[in-house]
Amino acid sequence: MNLPQNKIPVYVTNGTCVSPMGFNLIDNIEGIKKGHIAISEITDENLQNESFYGAVINKELLNKAFSQLTYKGDFSTLEKMMLLAVDQIAIEYKAQMNDKCGIIISSTKGNINALSTENNEAYFLHHLAKKVSNAIGIESEPIVLSNACVSGIMAVSIAKRLIQTEAYNHFIVVGGDLFSKFVFTGFQSFQAISSQPCKPYDKSRDGITLGEASAAIFVTKDLNLIKSNSFYEVIGESSINDANHISGPSRTGEGLFQSIKNAVKESKIEVSSIDCISSHGTATNFNDEMEAQAFNRMKLEKTPVFSLKACFGHTLGAAGLLETVISLAFADQNLIPPSFGYNEHGVTLPLNINSEAIEKEVKIVLKTASGFGGSNTAVIFKKCTSDEK
Amino acid sequence: MKNNIIHYCNIKNSEVYLDGKKLYEGAGEEDFSSFIKGVYKNFNLDYPKFYKMDGLCKLAIASSSILLEDLKDEIDPDMAILLSNKSSCIDVDLKHLDSISQGEESYASPANFVYTLPNIALGEISIKYKLRSENSFFIFEGFNPTFMIEYANSLTQLNKASSVLCGWIELNENNYNAFMFIIKPENGIEFTRKNLEKLI
Repeated sequence: MNLPQNKIPVYVTNGTCVSPMGFNLIDNIEGIKKGHIAISEITDENLQNESFYGAVINKELLNKAFSQLTYKGDFSTLEKMMLLAVDQIAIEYKAQMNDKCGIIISSTKGNINALSTENNEAYFLHHLAKKVSNAIGIESEPIVLSNACVSGIMAVSIAKRLIQTEAYNHFIVVGGDLFSKFVFTGFQSFQAISSQPCKPYDKSRDGITLGEASAAIFVTKDLNLIKSNSFYEVIGESSINDANHISGPSRTGEGLFQSIKNAVKESKIEVSSIDCISSHGTATNFNDEMEAQAFNRMKLEKTPVFSLKACFGHTLGAAGLLETVISLAFADQNLIPPSFGYNEHGVTLPLNINSEAIEKEVKIVLKTASGFGGSNTAVIFKKCTSDEK
Repeated sequence: MKNNIIHYCNIKNSEVYLDGKKLYEGAGEEDFSSFIKGVYKNFNLDYPKFYKMDGLCKLAIASSSILLEDLKDEIDPDMAILLSNKSSCIDVDLKHLDSISQGEESYASPANFVYTLPNIALGEISIKYKLRSENSFFIFEGFNPTFMIEYANSLTQLNKASSVLCGWIELNENNYNAFMFIIKPENGIEFTRKNLEKLI
């Protein structure tokens, strides 16, 4: 077939996010720098008699922030979170909305609170996607990616592929998921909910902390549209299934290992040039151990690695995109974010994890994610500066 | 060479077709769960794990097995899987919701919860056919042949896969429709919107 001799370069820019820590990127970045986390202790007897930890957005503040935007009509909490995240992109790239611009909505459970045995309309993910895409004036049919916990980052690689094969010129990628009783009780039944704010890669880790968030990014091949001083090229990506187990990762990290290997190969970079890894790091025993296996097999054990789960909780379909947006914003400032919750090394192989932010020139960022269904994704971003245009 | 549709399978209206040929007809008035059990037995799918799965995975495993069983040696180890539907995994979602809405009696079942993601169907197919490959699950309001063509072609053009197992795999109570097909740069039916709309 057509070998991609001269691949079209694809860039990401204007990342934004909405989390309990703040409704814009700057508040989230500054919060992390100050050592704040979005996770708090919650009392809700509907979910559990004892209090628990979660990263939940204050809905009064959300409604207030949303009311300052110009969107008219009824929107669900998740739709408001998504629109709040994507608003600035929609304004800045208004002229591109009808120029073969697609939208990918990444979500695992969408408006899950609308599920009932009667009127289910709002439950359907395409309904949510249409609400968001109509509100910002995208004409093309919205694409929903629902691929468990890799959805957010996989959506970026799908946008890149569809631009490289010239089916689209630009994409808006929006990710979001709620903190819900539906998901909380499910993970509870797996005994996978941490009794403390989760502690990725730590010896005392005992499971995940759930969170809710939304994030958005603009993906394009057109350098002229990029106004920020630093932006990133998506230089390699791959998503390989473990083909091993539907709810547990491969013990050897096979799918993640192959995903990273393929992404590195496509990037034509040396593994040693990766400056940091924004990992999945859910703080379950199996996930963190599996990642340690895969990173070591790739000889990435000396590369700084961090998980943002102890800050934002596990935000499911938003996680991969939220963590990308945060990681790239730190890279802009030549900083590597702290891996909160890490004190004592708790996986069997070495990894370079730091509980404090590190100052270092960051040019190449590897983002990984893994999830139920055996899914894994690795995407490599390379920093570009405005004089490269 | 361009990608063509080299084989396809349909499960709909109580019937099973392979490459357009009817291979099985159910009792007609049975519900989905009895019908799919009948399909499993008729095709000797011999995969005990089948009985643990939710309806969506049963439909995905049945249709992909009927399509792939005779091709075993010809399956590319890097064959990607691209599935889509409208209703995500609504049936098992409702089951999980019911189990957590019983007041004092609420008790979520991990065996149900694990299926409350549509992409679990991809995982099940990957495990059965040892496909360590690219796979993704999309949701649309209806069958979207344009997207399927664009995305499947991008996977082969960008060397992410040599072939793609594509499918529309919809289940909502007793309404079901599975259309699975393989595309590859080999002789077959032209991979066009018109043909897909005809074959579903």
